[in-house]
Amino acid sequence: MSKRTFASLMAGVAMTIAGASAAAAEELTIFWAEWDPANYLQELVNIYSKETGVKVTVETTPWSDFQTKTFREFAAKGSTYDMVVGDSQWLGAGSTDGHYVDLSDFFQKNKLSEKFLPATVAGYAEYPAGSKKYWAIPLEGDANGWAYRKDWFEDPKEKEAFKKKYGYDLDIPKDYKQMRDIAEFFYRPDQKKYGVALYTDNSYDAMAMGVEQTIFSYGGDLGDYSTYKVDGISNSKEAIEGLKAYKELYKFTPPGWAKAFFLEDNQAITENLAAMSMNFFAFFPALANPATNPNAKGTGFFANPAGPTGKRFAALGGQGISIVSYSKKKEAAMKFLEWFIKDETQKKWAELGGYTCSTAVLKSAEFQNATPYNKAFYDSMLMVKDFWATPEYAELLTSMNQRVYPFVISGKGTAEEALNGMTKDWEATFKKYKRYK
Amino acid sequence: MIATLKPDSSHALRGLSDMRIRNLFIIPTIIFLIVFNIFPLIYSLGYSFYDYSAAGSEEPVFVGLQNYRDLLSDPNIWNNFTVTAKYVIISVGGQVLVGFGVALLLNRTLPAKGLITTLLLLPMMMSAAVVGLFWQLLYSPSWGVINYVFGLGDFAWLSDADAALWAVAITDIWMWAPFVMLLSLAGLSAVPKHLYEAASIDRASGWYTFSRITLPLVSPLLLIAIIFRTMEAFKTFDIAFIMSTQPTTEVIAIRLYKFAFQEWQTGKSCALAYIVLIMVVAITNIYVKYLNQVKER
Repeated sequence: MSKRTFASLMAGVAMTIAGASAAAAEELTIFWAEWDPANYLQELVNIYSKETGVKVTVETTPWSDFQTKTFREFAAKGSTYDMVVGDSQWLGAGSTDGHYVDLSDFFQKNKLSEKFLPATVAGYAEYPAGSKKYWAIPLEGDANGWAYRKDWFEDPKEKEAFKKKYGYDLDIPKDYKQMRDIAEFFYRPDQKKYGVALYTDNSYDAMAMGVEQTIFSYGGDLGDYSTYKVDGISNSKEAIEGLKAYKELYKFTPPGWAKAFFLEDNQAITENLAAMSMNFFAFFPALANPATNPNAKGTGFFANPAGPTGKRFAALGGQGISIVSYSKKKEAAMKFLEWFIKDETQKKWAELGGYTCSTAVLKSAEFQNATPYNKAFYDSMLMVKDFWATPEYAELLTSMNQRVYPFVISGKGTAEEALNGMTKDWEATFKKYKRYK
Repeated sequence: MIATLKPDSSHALRGLSDMRIRNLFIIPTIIFLIVFNIFPLIYSLGYSFYDYSAAGSEEPVFVGLQNYRDLLSDPNIWNNFTVTAKYVIISVGGQVLVGFGVALLLNRTLPAKGLITTLLLLPMMMSAAVVGLFWQLLYSPSWGVINYVFGLGDFAWLSDADAALWAVAITDIWMWAPFVMLLSLAGLSAVPKHLYEAASIDRASGWYTFSRITLPLVSPLLLIAIIFRTMEAFKTFDIAFIMSTQPTTEVIAIRLYKFAFQEWQTGKSCALAYIVLIMVVAITNIYVKYLNQVKER
């Protein structure tokens, strides 16, 4: 081999290596849970890949494993994921434990507080509340809403029978009292027909989301998120009434409804089990699709009804996208976020099926009329309220699940005992983490 | 060019002493055990004395025995241990009764005995996750077969706080009774036939034959099966986790998982893991002692 040939060969090898490392630098990985919005996001980021040549992969894991896998990666300070679409409750742990990159400057520079719906900025991006410190960009807006059997509700015979029994028209419930009546009306075990499908799975936050939005709508609260005061708030008279209302609705669920989350609640509609079904809006596309719901044409959607005093809230779901502080491609991730917040990207995101948090897109008639559930989604996003987002939120969830579940599902104890116990546990947790000054 | 062994190297291989061959086989295993078992075991013992969260940014703080004190004085943990104890008793008890009973039935001349035995062994070859999901459907009050067969109407096994533990334990019995059956069959086939012939000549009753010949001779193998199943039942996680979220089915392994991977209380979860380990070792030792006594009889 001549010297020249050898030199060109070595140059080729060097270029290949350089090319390979350049290509490696042009790859980004986003980690999210395994569900339809993650597929929509993959479609969206494919556009970014085409435009920039940067390959973006949305890696997913089942919901049951999502929190565990993410925090395991954080614990190892791993750089596998450059960005994570994290749950709203993770903000506290993600920010104070140094897992998320501080995006406050990015937020201010791009005036994102004005661009995105205020509730989504507060819920998915800011921590601590009111601090103007931002750790994520609102990506997938979501709230807990309701699907209902429009065809059952509009059946003249049902309407007549309902009016005769309750003295008012059968329609979308305006408040929890009406919701209870409708659930009772359709509760017909002999026909294998039931009133309502609720969240009851207590392995993570499903049941807590269902319970909290009822408590909020009844005028109760889960505590003062800025002072950590819980006694007298999370066990207030209003909170107790809210919990009782949830328990009352549970009476009208299908039998064996003790571990129900999104899948089961959607099945309640597709399999003609329940008249109304609670679920996060992100799971409603499956109900509007005739391929996955034989009752799609007869399915309607509505936002959580008001409590007895007219207060109306919905549990906040959804996630923001954060840059993982252990990523080796933070700059490239930042560039991706710059692209993601553009108006046209947000519009495209909504078209693909993602629940954008962009105020302009959400307000547009085009968005609100695009699907049968978009209007209810928009209404819900204006009244969302979230669970605690402190780093110790998982312990708070465990206490809530342990205290509330036996009362709602097995009828053990009273609502007052359940919430008093939960409040006591929460106070002990906050004391342990030295939250009281 | 084809590589060939030099005559002296093949000679060298042939010349390996027994000691060196033994070391060649044992050393990799020992290294593997030290890296993946012993080291994490000691490391986690250390963490059990610290207030530490693996997902947090704060440095571990030495708290001595505080984690152990907190756990042992926590009524919720004792509730988890009570649930676990109930689960072990129901599950292992059921497995022994069913497994040994079926083994007695199979310990005779039957047509297609091999095929029947193989089919009976299938449940324990399945994944626990699949079994859990499968039984969840069987217990469903809306379309489950169990309520239909037993005429239980809408009885919701997994929603009922008291029945849920039984439902999970029955699933475990279905899955693991074949294991007890297998060991019992091995024990039964080893009982010398002449003992039964002698009992028959002496006109011994069926119960007398069973209690004086069959049971004593099978009991060492049966005890081994019980030891294995108790250890496994004590550590049960998958079936209970998949089938139910009732607090009445929250066995200690589920609580441990929540401490470690949902709440990220690493120090506390290490302490709890050690408490569980000590309990399993203690129970196993009692069994082993009893097993030795049985063997000596």
